[in-house]
Amino acid sequence: MFDFLSAKFEDLFYKIKNKGKLSPKDLDQAFREIKLALLEADVNFKVVKDLLEKIKQKAVGDRITESLTPYQQVVKIVNDEITRILGSSTAKVNLAAKPPTVIMMVGLQGTGKTSAVVKLANYLKNEKNKTVSVVAADTYRPAAVDQLKDMSEAIGVQVYWEKTKDPVQISKRGVQKFRKQGSDLVIIDTAGRLHIDKPMMQEIASIKKSVNPHQVFLVLDAMTGQEAVNIAQTFNAQVEFDGIILTKLDSDTRGGAALSVYYVVRKPIKFISTGEKISDFALFHPDRIASRILGMGDLLTLVENAEKTIDEEKAKKFEQRIRKNELNFEDFVEQIKSLKKMGSLQQVFSMLPKAGKNKMLKDINVDDSQLKPVEAIIGSMTKEERRKPHIINGSRKKRIARGSGTSVAAVNKLLKQFSNTKKMLRQFSGMDQEADFPFHKMK
Amino acid sequence: MQKLIKNINYFIRKIKNNDQDVWDELEEQMILSDVNASCAQKIISDVQSEVYARKINEPEAVKTLLKQKIAALLGNHQRHRLNTSEKKPTVYLLVGVNGVGKTSTLAKLAHMLQKKEKRVLIAAADTYRAAAVEQLQAYAQRLGIDMVRHQRNSDPGAVVFDSIEKSMAKDIDFLLVDTAGRMQTSYNLMEELKKIKRVVLKKTNKVPDETLLVVDSTTGQNAIFQATTFHKALDLTGVVLTKTDGTSKGGIILSLQDELGLPVKMVTYGEKLEHIAYFDPVKYVDMLIN
Repeated sequence: MFDFLSAKFEDLFYKIKNKGKLSPKDLDQAFREIKLALLEADVNFKVVKDLLEKIKQKAVGDRITESLTPYQQVVKIVNDEITRILGSSTAKVNLAAKPPTVIMMVGLQGTGKTSAVVKLANYLKNEKNKTVSVVAADTYRPAAVDQLKDMSEAIGVQVYWEKTKDPVQISKRGVQKFRKQGSDLVIIDTAGRLHIDKPMMQEIASIKKSVNPHQVFLVLDAMTGQEAVNIAQTFNAQVEFDGIILTKLDSDTRGGAALSVYYVVRKPIKFISTGEKISDFALFHPDRIASRILGMGDLLTLVENAEKTIDEEKAKKFEQRIRKNELNFEDFVEQIKSLKKMGSLQQVFSMLPKAGKNKMLKDINVDDSQLKPVEAIIGSMTKEERRKPHIINGSRKKRIARGSGTSVAAVNKLLKQFSNTKKMLRQFSGMDQEADFPFHKMK
Repeated sequence: MQKLIKNINYFIRKIKNNDQDVWDELEEQMILSDVNASCAQKIISDVQSEVYARKINEPEAVKTLLKQKIAALLGNHQRHRLNTSEKKPTVYLLVGVNGVGKTSTLAKLAHMLQKKEKRVLIAAADTYRAAAVEQLQAYAQRLGIDMVRHQRNSDPGAVVFDSIEKSMAKDIDFLLVDTAGRMQTSYNLMEELKKIKRVVLKKTNKVPDETLLVVDSTTGQNAIFQATTFHKALDLTGVVLTKTDGTSKGGIILSLQDELGLPVKMVTYGEKLEHIAYFDPVKYVDMLIN
């Protein structure tokens, strides 16, 4: 997510970085680039203007042109400003003193409200240990109720629905039912509506009035363009909402809407939805997203996920094995397993810093399905072959290819990749640096 | 949209007074309509140089020039018709990211063809999203149109295969294929679409007559990425712009045409089945600047 902005800023800072000192002309150029990058990222024009004004003032105040580290300073200023716009602290879900906490979800058509309802229910159920129920109040879209029922039942969340067509009454009766039943939280899914559709906006206002929810969330598509601001403002005027859920961040959207919305309506982005799976849902961390925009990657999240899933003992052993250049296919399988626990490969990759000008990383297609043949090939090796990959000769390759349903070429490719990975890991851990000294600087 | 028109009229009055800021503000207005920033710059500098060269200072003339530039960029009426094939069935494939309105667009398209007394069949190849088939089924029932469906999570290629067989057996004129929404970044799902296209080619000896990318007019610059990736994978023939009854201006279509040569063929503009129309660039520009 936000890859585009990152790439733009990286290009820009790469240019500055190589120059050392900044001339006033460089600075102007930098601001122009920042402006274009933000606009290309769908940040609202007015927000861009304001942001640039602030950054310029700071840059002049900090005497950036005289600095020997203009790169770091510009990064810091832009980073601070973006974080400021996005809000500086991680939002939380406020629970009502007396349950159930009633949450209502609103938004335009096709933003992913129904999926967000189920994902939020799942999140509250698992992370907060609450009993969550949902109410199906979208009586307009054909089969919307079926979708909510299907998805909720899959995670063991109860759904209230009716065959009647009055969303106000359905919401009221749904909340009543779950209150009696003692649910901790009730989430109401409402129909998508255009913010300029007056009768529909009145309807959502009456739903709000009749159930008096503790929280109203606006579900916003991260791919929304300049209108994001007007959409948020109009919904806020009609049914004052408390926070935003930003969806479809698994696309390559530049996600500038996130920057604009908080700035204009002063309502925090509470959650982000990042994939098709029900668990692809997380709290929004403004500071992390800002550093991501600047191409520094979302390392904090990656580290957190890694801490949750990686066995420290195993990790230590793995590191030692890299040091001793003893890496084999058994380690490889182990690594794939723990990587998979951290989420899809695509997600893991999107959290990594873009490593500057590394074209290889940029063009890489990461998809979990690509692991399947790899696992099959390793699965078809004998224990000895896994431990000592160098013994794999022609006839062994043929056998492995047959066993895994792949080809000798595929086996060769994997062996080659494996030896490259081994080399790369040694380089990353800094152990090969002496080897090509002093030439590595000339690369 | 109204606001934009008012603003542009205001700018045109200002141009008369030769105010330099006017151009910047005009650019701002285009960008606020989701026209790509570079694209807006290009059009404006084009108009600008012509205005200066020809010493135009009549607001009406500037307006006409700006309209001409954008209309020229968007192409003429003729190109935007939907292709049909001599050999039955004509196959239309609808693709796009999640939530843009593929299924309702398909229903509207079916309704439109049905009114022309064509025999239509629907292929429910979105086997992924919960209740997607039910949503389409509800439309099909309302329209009294036949639909081919399989089990949830089954192979969409097989649905298309069966639909083509059925089309041939039942002398169907138009086969409309609904696909699951997918992020263009999902390698797997893009491969799945390629497979659907291969199935069509194998069974009918032609690629789909239209492979249409459905784009939500609320979408910002990401639409360019969407179109680029889908186009690379599937050789799109055009775009359907949805939800144009909102306040978004869909300015991104200028780039889709300019950079990728993808014309908008249809627009949808409401909840009713009749709310679909051929895209008319001249009318669009008239609406944008008048």
